[in-house]
Amino acid sequence: MGRDRCSWQPWLASDAHPNGHECAKGAATLHHGFPNAAHQLSTPHSDPETGKGAEERPGCHAHGATHHEAHLDTVEAAWLGLSVGTHGHRHLTSLAASVAQLYVSHGKRRGGRSRPDESLPERRAALPGAWGPGLQRLRKVGSASGTMLLRAAWRRAAVAVTAAPGPKPAAPTRGLRLRVGDHAPQSAVPADTAAVPEAGPVLRPLYMDVQATTPLDPRVLDAMLPYLINYYGNPHSRTHAYGWESEAAMERARQQVASLIGADPREIIFTSGATESNNIAIKGVARFYRSRKKHLITTQTEHKCVLDSCRSLEAEGFQVTYLPVQKSGIIDLKELEAAIQPDTSLVSVMTVNNEIGVKQPIAEIGRICSSRKVYFHTDAAQAVGKIPLDVNDMKIDLMSISAHKIYGPKGVGAIYIRRRPRVRVEALQSGGGQERGMRSGTVPTPLVVGLGAACEVAQQEMEYDHKRISKLSERLIQNIMKSLPDVVMNGDPKHHYPGCINLSFAYVEGESLLMALKDVALSSGSACTSASLEPSYVLRAIGTDEDLAHSSIRFGIGRFTTEEEVDYTVEKCIQHVKRLREMSPLWEMVQDGIDLKSIKWTQH
Amino acid sequence: MKFRQAQAGKMAAAGAGRLRRAASALLLRSPRLPARELSAPARLYHKKVVDHYENPRNVGSLDKTSKNVGTGLVGAPACGDVMKLQIQVDEKGKIVDARFKTFGCGSAIASSSLATEWVKGKTVEEALTIKNTDIAKELCLPPVKLHCSMLAEDAIKAALADYKLKQEPKKGEAEKK
Repeated sequence: MGRDRCSWQPWLASDAHPNGHECAKGAATLHHGFPNAAHQLSTPHSDPETGKGAEERPGCHAHGATHHEAHLDTVEAAWLGLSVGTHGHRHLTSLAASVAQLYVSHGKRRGGRSRPDESLPERRAALPGAWGPGLQRLRKVGSASGTMLLRAAWRRAAVAVTAAPGPKPAAPTRGLRLRVGDHAPQSAVPADTAAVPEAGPVLRPLYMDVQATTPLDPRVLDAMLPYLINYYGNPHSRTHAYGWESEAAMERARQQVASLIGADPREIIFTSGATESNNIAIKGVARFYRSRKKHLITTQTEHKCVLDSCRSLEAEGFQVTYLPVQKSGIIDLKELEAAIQPDTSLVSVMTVNNEIGVKQPIAEIGRICSSRKVYFHTDAAQAVGKIPLDVNDMKIDLMSISAHKIYGPKGVGAIYIRRRPRVRVEALQSGGGQERGMRSGTVPTPLVVGLGAACEVAQQEMEYDHKRISKLSERLIQNIMKSLPDVVMNGDPKHHYPGCINLSFAYVEGESLLMALKDVALSSGSACTSASLEPSYVLRAIGTDEDLAHSSIRFGIGRFTTEEEVDYTVEKCIQHVKRLREMSPLWEMVQDGIDLKSIKWTQH
Repeated sequence: MKFRQAQAGKMAAAGAGRLRRAASALLLRSPRLPARELSAPARLYHKKVVDHYENPRNVGSLDKTSKNVGTGLVGAPACGDVMKLQIQVDEKGKIVDARFKTFGCGSAIASSSLATEWVKGKTVEEALTIKNTDIAKELCLPPVKLHCSMLAEDAIKAALADYKLKQEPKKGEAEKK
């Protein structure tokens, strides 16, 4: 990464060996965000005492380090403050270690850099105006305050990690976010403790909703920052270096995404997310082959964007078959084969369901579709980077990818469109013909760089993450089920992605349980949490009883979920389910031996 | 001088804005509900609802078979809301005790808890006058949760009806005697 940037920036160490540029090695890529600024600070006046030149003056280290620290202070402290509240320790300590290493190695690097003096005014002008006055101020800061800033930032991070105000409960508190007054729900507590306390740091709930979105992996943020700050060119500008560097980054990201799924980079089109990718796949393919093929097949448990796209195509005159799923959540392959007609253009089945975590038999479906010459699209937003996928082995023709489900930024995704044999797609978005004419519009370089980095990180971490998440998932399910009776897991337990656990707690309503677990960010399939008061259609499709559909909670375990968070969630869940069951008339009736199905309920 | 003029200008503009808003409110004749009710489905609870949920009053059961106890069971598990409300009435027709159990969301629990608080100390006739709109106003329920207060009112009525039903055969026996 470093080599491309430095080769055409003459003011960076032109005499330094491109390969030997220390920034290119090592994990500390944050420096790349501030090459202009870094050089700006080390003014080449010689030290009056020792008479040393700019390169050798020890103050240089501090100035550059100060600037970095200050910026890192604001950026990183913001990020740290956010991440510490929601993540476990593992990546925080590794981030801190890499940040510390950055300062140490930066100090060493300062000595070797040289710049020509005459380019100083140009570079000062080249910086955006907002940076100017800040830099002037920072230049005055000495080395002592530099180290002070570093220590302050680290102290802040450490305090945020370890301290929690208010009375400490019996359970371990390190890394947990707790609210005052949580652990004594039945005590006579005055009414206003329910309000968020004004004093003290703002505590945030534990994040156990990774199917909704995921936090940014710090390595992804590292990769994105330079493109948000300095390398802001439009990748489609062919005439200047800003465009060239942006395009290079975009193509690098494309290669990273392609290698994760076993595709060719020319088959990856960047979009604004999996919703847009699904729209392109379904509407684009259907409309292109409209003259000969009028039929599509999908399932009842697909994501809303797929179902809604199919509905809008039905309004255009297409026919859509919505395949039912079995109780396990998996489709019946024989039904699929029976549903394929001579005029079927596309079959769309999602790889991993976002509500119940069920894995569909993608390889078998791919085999069936390719033998019947039907295009196969899969919405792999929840699966990419978490389970191994290969578009050639599984005979997938189109695949939707979402960045913010794999620890990347929100607002970007990709669609894989096979080239051999070529899948033709009618473009939904017209414009300048970017992305091979299939999705016009400027490609957002920082976002796609983030997506590419997320994919590369996911490829490296897939095995470790899967093992760790499986262990935590087992732990959560076993601990809940052995302490509470009448808990049902929705979805097939075998063909299941372990990070998405959907449990129904009988005789307890989902929203009241979510309200009880207010220190944990969770999601429910209950009607009360949806705007339409209808329970989740996925749970209805797998045949869950309506009252169990109202009682379901989805637990998400991700890369940054710790064992402590899982244990805390389990403990609170057990405690509150027991309490709510005490308050439930259904539980009382069941304890008395009444069969609930025999009662005639009054409707309201 | 200029600053003051600008300030006055801003205040005038703000005043005009306020006037416009008040006028529109009058025109629409909409009730002054908290601003968040139309968007989020009650995830941000009013603290009264949270209070009733965290410290519910009168959870439990009374003896179903007793002649002085009326039991109302309303709702359906399929709808996600079931309320059981029990009242104990003394000889003078005054409700001396009430208990509830609810399968439902936080607003449903709060509505039934509040209902038990309100019926205590009322006579049977007075309890019939409790309306769901009163419960909703007291708890500041958003429109999407109004059905919870309606169910609470139904539960009160069902409990009173059950009590009356239990009293009638007794009256019949007394007349016969």
